[in-house]
Parts: sequence; structure tokens; C-alpha cells
Amino acid sequence: MTTISIDHVSRWFGNVVAVNDVTMDIGPGVTGLLGPNGAGKSTLINMMGGFLAPSTGTVTLDGATIWRNEQVYRSIGLVPEREGMYDFLTGKEFVLANAELHGLPDPGAAARRALATVEMEYAQDRKISTYSKGMRQRVKMASALVHEPSVLLLDEPFNGMDPRQRLQLMDLLRRMGADGRTVLFSSHILEEVEQLAHHIEVVVAGRHAASGDFREIRRLMTDRPHRYLVRSSDDRQLAAALIADASTAGIELDWTERALRIQAIDFRRFTELLPRVAKEAGIRLYEVSPSDESLESVFSYLVAA
Amino acid sequence: MHPTVARLTLKGLLGRRRTILLVALPVLLIVISVAVRALSGQDDSTSADILSGFALGTMVPIIGVMAGTGAIGPEIDDGSIVYLLAKPITRPTIVLTKLVVAICVTVAFAAVPTFIAGLALSGTSQRIAIAFGIAATASSVAYAAIFLLLGVVTRHAVVVGLVYALVWEGLLGSLISGAKTLSVQQWSLSLAEKIAANGVVDSDVGLPTALVLMVVVTVGTTWFAGQKLRSLTLAGEE
Repeated sequence: MTTISIDHVSRWFGNVVAVNDVTMDIGPGVTGLLGPNGAGKSTLINMMGGFLAPSTGTVTLDGATIWRNEQVYRSIGLVPEREGMYDFLTGKEFVLANAELHGLPDPGAAARRALATVEMEYAQDRKISTYSKGMRQRVKMASALVHEPSVLLLDEPFNGMDPRQRLQLMDLLRRMGADGRTVLFSSHILEEVEQLAHHIEVVVAGRHAASGDFREIRRLMTDRPHRYLVRSSDDRQLAAALIADASTAGIELDWTERALRIQAIDFRRFTELLPRVAKEAGIRLYEVSPSDESLESVFSYLVAA
Repeated sequence: MHPTVARLTLKGLLGRRRTILLVALPVLLIVISVAVRALSGQDDSTSADILSGFALGTMVPIIGVMAGTGAIGPEIDDGSIVYLLAKPITRPTIVLTKLVVAICVTVAFAAVPTFIAGLALSGTSQRIAIAFGIAATASSVAYAAIFLLLGVVTRHAVVVGLVYALVWEGLLGSLISGAKTLSVQQWSLSLAEKIAANGVVDSDVGLPTALVLMVVVTVGTTWFAGQKLRSLTLAGEE
């Protein structure tokens, strides 16, 4: 049972604040670090992996400082996002080298076990330079698993994987989490995180925006006011009919756009209401478009909440 | 020393393209030496000129740049160094291992060919071959350490290294007398001066000064590289 503690950590690069006063504990099980690109996920993972010093605050592994402490790597397995990985070796040589670098008593057996875990035995004698992105990702996994670490840190592990590889990796990470290991992975895709993580930490613009069970996060994300732009054959009548329902909070008649700006507070009910009301009143809908569905706006709503 | 780190470093260093570069210069030196000997016969002062000018002045530093920066620079550039650093191995051990590999490669591709070229030019006459062989070995050690540090601290290590090797060591070192005291080439020449027969080799630095400076530079740069690697920050990640 290993816990990584991030305590009042900030990190800035020159004038740019990448991580702003974040405090979180990552415990056993699978945790997803969710946030849009540039939110500070990699910065956090680099600090947890000992490749970046916090500007202020502490990052510890079961109480031991991670920065400048090589001993923490006995219990940390790292899967970096970058692709550089001794392309001139075969997959097997690479994983074996990692086992040797860990000083394992039987590096050969450990390497075989790790390669079997990620199902890469079939290509283990090929040079890494010939691997596809998904294969590289799996060999990286094998190299991180070779010493059976209690903590696994993965930076955007699903990037560039095809759906089948994605499912395989998710399955593997789930098993690792079920074994009681501390698994942390970063992603900017909500669906990915929600399928895999039992616990989610959301970072936005360097700040810790939300933390909790994926259902809570999902609710926070779907329960926020949704904004729509609607054009119809009779905007005024449609507005009158819609505002009568509890699922809408505000409607504005936008004269320059010749459209309705609708703020819905019950997303599901509103999406059923709109077509029904229009049909009953004989109004034709020309356009219904969500005006703030970008991931960034979802996240920024979370930060404000 | 860590055998796996050494193996990975050596394999990385002796990739096909770099090996061709590493082989080209010593082959050129030996061909020139054989040709000079065949065309104008044995002349020890010509031998000393070729060995100090081309071998010590140009070839050893260039091979040193390739081996020293190549032992660590590419791994830092492409991020694969993570796989070495995220291990329970002290960073100074990694630096020391890489230094030993870089020294071996520089000695093999620069110092040994210098000795062979010396033999081709002058045979065993006036201990010229052995003097320059040992001088080249000593400078291989210093260059490997200096350029390994460069490989750790800058992404443009090869360019900076070549500029240093050619401008500082080659040009300023032979024009400005103050610069000579701080030139690896001059330090190794003072070693050659001591070993070879009197008057064959000429150096501007006293042997004790040269040896002390050489040791200080080698140990200092290696220690510093170890410290830099301890706080290596992985930049360039989106």
C-alpha cells in the first residue's frame, strides 16, 4: 500500500505558473488525472516521478521526498509520454536492460514475465525502431512493470492507441489497481478516465479543480447550465413555451443573430422538451447548437463551481 | 560502474553513422602518415608536427566531442535517459560509467591511431610514437570528461564542443599565450615533451601544472555532470 502525497505544491517556469497550490493524495487503486491540454498534468506527473522539483510544497512517497531520491524508483514504475526509448534494442533487450538496471535477482525471468503481462512476446525479438506506437506503449509498460512496483505513473498512456490496444491496456491497469497497486494515469478525455478510474482528480489551468468518484465528477459536468443557440420559424412563441418548463433557466431573444439563446439547467429533460414543444406548437426548428460544449468550457465551469 | 549502463551507452555510441565518422579521421591520419613516410622518408620533426597538429590538435578533440557528447546527449534529447534515471542507481554512478565508456571509445578511435601513426611515421625513433600515444590517451580522458559535461548541460553540445575544440584549442591556443595554459592540447604536449627525446616536442606549459590542471578538469567536470544529472528536469514534454 503506497501513497503519493502532494502537499501545497506549486511549480512555475519563469513567469508562468504551471501548477498552483495543489494538494492531493494518490492512494491504491486506479486514479485518473483529468484535465485539458496544458493544465499541468505532465508537470504534476513529472514531479511525482522525480523529474521536476516543486517550486514550493512537497511531493512524497509514503513520507519520503521524491526529488533527488533514487531509492523511490524501487517502488515506482514510470511510463513516460515521450517516445525516445533505445530504438536500437529489441523489445526483449530493452525490458531486460530495465530489469538489470533495477538490480533484480533474476532479470531474465522478470523480463519474460513483464513481456508476457503486456502480451508482447510475439514481437520481443524485433528492434523497437520497427514497432508501432501501440507496441512501443506496451513495451514501455513492460519496462515499468518489470520490478513489480507498487506505484505506476502513466502520462497520457492511451494517446495514439487503437481501440483494441486501449481496451487491453485498460484491462491491465484495472488488474494492477485491483491488486492494490497505486496506479495514476493522466488523460484529457473524460470518457477514458471514467471507464477506468475509480477516482478522478481534475486539474484545470494548474489548479486542482475537483476530486472524487467519477459519478460525482460526471454529475458536476452534466448538471452545469448548458447553453444553446436555437433558430426556429417562430422564436418568440417557442421561447414562451420553453420558459414555462423548469428545465430552462433563461431565454434571450438575440435580435442581431435572429436566434434564441437558451440556458438549460436540466440537460436531459431539456433535450426531450425542446423537440416535443416545437412539434406541439407547430414550430419548425432550423438550428439547435450547443454553444459551450468544448472541453475547456466544461472544465472552466468545474473550476468556478 | 554499472555494466548495463555501459552496454547501452556503447551500443548507442557505436551506431552506424557515428561509427563511420569515428573511423574516418583515424584512417585519414594513418593514411597521411604512411604517405608522408613513403614520399619523404623518416623525418622526426615532420612526424612531431603531424602528430601534434593533426592528431592532438584536431583529431583527438573531435573524436572526444563525438564520444563525450554522444555518450549522453542523444538520450537526454530524445528523453530515453528516463529509463536510466528512473532506477535505484545513483546519478554519479551513471555519469562515471558513461565517462569510462566515452574514454574507452576516444582512446580506441583517437589515441591508439595516434600511436599507430607515430609508428608509421618514425618507427620507435626518439620515442615519438609512444610519447604522442600517451599524450593522446591523457587528452582523451580530459576531453571525454569535458564533453560529457557539455552533453549534460546543453542541447547543442556537439556544436559547442566543436567550436571549443577547433576555436579555443586550435586557434586561440596557438595564438594567445594565456590560452595555452588552459588548453588540453598543451597539457598533453607537455606530457609528450617529457617522454620523447629532448627537443623533439615543444610545449608551453610545465608538466606539473599540466598534470594538476588535467586532473582538476577531469574530476571537476565529472563531479559537476553528476550533480547536474541529479537535478535533471525533463523539459520538452507537452
